[in-house]
Amino acid sequence: MSIQIRFFAAIREAVGTPSLTLDTQAATVGELRDELIGRGGVWAEALARGKSVRASVNQAMAEDASPLPAGAEVAFFPPVTGG
Amino acid sequence: MSLPRVSIQTDDFDLTAEVNTLRQQDARVGAVCSFVGTVRDRNEGQSVSTMELEHYPGMTEKAIEAMIDEAFRRFDILGARVIHRVGLLQPLDQIVLVVVTSAHRGESFQACEFLMDYLKTQAPFWKKEQTPEGARWVDARVSDDAALAKWGIQASNA
Repeated sequence: MSIQIRFFAAIREAVGTPSLTLDTQAATVGELRDELIGRGGVWAEALARGKSVRASVNQAMAEDASPLPAGAEVAFFPPVTGG
Repeated sequence: MSLPRVSIQTDDFDLTAEVNTLRQQDARVGAVCSFVGTVRDRNEGQSVSTMELEHYPGMTEKAIEAMIDEAFRRFDILGARVIHRVGLLQPLDQIVLVVVTSAHRGESFQACEFLMDYLKTQAPFWKKEQTPEGARWVDARVSDDAALAKWGIQASNA
């Protein structure tokens, strides 16, 4: 299935793009993150498992185990620092 | 007419005007509590010349609307208004406004703090500071997770 992935703040700068569309078999946020890490290079570095990376699915905060509905908009970003 | 509860904007805001708008529509109001967050000229031991705020358009508004709904469930409040600025800001500038109204003070004091604690760890904003040593993304604070935990919500942001 095709999903839209967005990146924000330090992660957007590290991977060098604000968004991409990906055809993936990943069923969860965690599987998608691992697939991106598998690309190596800046992807492996920015999304490395030791790092604090948060995610959302269809603009709601999500966890590794959160499922990915078809056509989902997923985002990966650092811990938030507003307020 | 229903007034907007959440605004994300580059423009500054007027505390007095926002308070008046929120409370004047409801004669049950006996207490108004407001919080304004501003840009400091120092952070983590370094001077800060400017701060840039990035956000996730669409999700930001949804996240804050959801936290206001939660505040209405938890506290006996009558109205709430949240404004958060984005873009380039300077020391002394206002960043965020939370205003809550209620019949008696206790509920609006609590709801105002709850909304700020929630916003700190659940709303998708990111701050980037300019310092003499270059630009840096602001780190999330564990103390902000702890602040939300006291309301019984697990944050794990930092």
